[in-house]
Amino acid sequence: MTLVDSALAGDRLALSRLLTQVENDTAEGRAALDSLFPHTGQAHLIGVTGAPGTGKSSLVNQLALHYRRQTTKRVAILAVDPSSPFTGGALLGDRVRMRDLSGDADVFIRSMATRGTLGGLAHATAAMSQVFDAAGYEIVFIETVGAGQAEVDIARLAHTTLVVEAPGFGDDIQAIKAGILEIADILVVNKADQPGVENTERALRGMLELAHPVRRVFQHHGKVEIVDAPGKSSDNLWIPPILRTIATQATGFGELAEAIARHREYLRQSGDWSRRERARLEREVDMLIQETLASQFRAAIQASYYDEVLGKVFAHQLSPWEAVKALLNGRQA
Amino acid sequence: MTERKTSPEQGDALSPSKGRRIRVLVAKPGLDGHDRGAKVVARALRDAGMEVIYTGLRQTPEMIAEAALQEDVDAVGISILSGAHMALLPRVIELLRANGQEGVKIFLGGIIPDEDVPILKKMGVAGIYGPGTSTDDIVRDVRKAVLAEK
Repeated sequence: MTLVDSALAGDRLALSRLLTQVENDTAEGRAALDSLFPHTGQAHLIGVTGAPGTGKSSLVNQLALHYRRQTTKRVAILAVDPSSPFTGGALLGDRVRMRDLSGDADVFIRSMATRGTLGGLAHATAAMSQVFDAAGYEIVFIETVGAGQAEVDIARLAHTTLVVEAPGFGDDIQAIKAGILEIADILVVNKADQPGVENTERALRGMLELAHPVRRVFQHHGKVEIVDAPGKSSDNLWIPPILRTIATQATGFGELAEAIARHREYLRQSGDWSRRERARLEREVDMLIQETLASQFRAAIQASYYDEVLGKVFAHQLSPWEAVKALLNGRQA
Repeated sequence: MTERKTSPEQGDALSPSKGRRIRVLVAKPGLDGHDRGAKVVARALRDAGMEVIYTGLRQTPEMIAEAALQEDVDAVGISILSGAHMALLPRVIELLRANGQEGVKIFLGGIIPDEDVPILKKMGVAGIYGPGTSTDDIVRDVRKAVLAEK
């Protein structure tokens, strides 16, 4: 049996090794993704993002527990933590908050390092979520690195994005800046037993009132396309709910799970589910084309010529754009 | 794919045959709450370019084996200061083997009496480290054991 067959048949070690192959982008991993792809498209990908220390891992722990107790759904968790920019090493500590999930064979937690990718996810996160999807995990949580204001890649990958806030993390100006708050499908104020929770919630509510009606922006053939809010009638809009949770006390998770289910239903009915799916796959193909072209180009060009052109850039004889032109034309700079 | 460029300092942290980073689980089984040593070692392995999965305190052998399986690690580092190593270690080893992970290297740190060392090594523990060990030695041993396996 191949690794793919074993993983599809429920062998957890095979699944784990497959994830490693995909993460390392090996030839075997790529071939596995090809054969797994027809099995994908079933899972609900739920992104969880927010600043470091807001309680993302604890929240995922409680949500996963909730799903396991209330449903028969199998749950996978991809937890991303940063790699050191200097050594490439990483300390992946999200499991520390997820010990309650241990011993459940239908929960699979995988930690991964960003390995140099910015944007809050790792390069292989999307592909690894496809592996879980194909292996029959109906709920896939993707926990980003502790995100600041611009780590918004998760919204392009997940169907439903939770942005986790906690009391004391900034005022209402932070709340109207562009970036992470805009991508929320559901806003969660965790640590709701802490002082200041009303202020945090009020700031978020104020932000939402300024923001609506929401229009969705997609990438289409590499161009930005804006899609108007469906129907433009306010009863057909998704307005991100603001929910309070206390992950350490398991409070608020029934309501949060309900909101996630409502969002899924909304995506299905509005057609946004397939629109997002399409945008995501288009972007994936786009990125693969770019990578493949770049690596083919690099393989075709002589290293000495490349160094020579770069040397001229360094000596300020050529601008970076002129260097690109020279390299693409293959003529002497 | 462009070739992964590595500086000489970090080159060793990649196991060339698999094109991957060394992944190590650092776990603390049993009931003692002294995790300073585990954290120091985790940090040293991280600084050596490895990906370290840290599980936190009070892990059962079952939790450790499960984490090792899900994370597909090359090595497991276990810290015990309570004296329970002769009960906990054999169980971890047994579970790893039952899961098909007999290739995973096991390292032990903490307060381990001299007379237990040969017994544990015979069980398959790749390295045992007491107080005062240089983290450089641990990094070197982990790297050597993992890369020799590939």
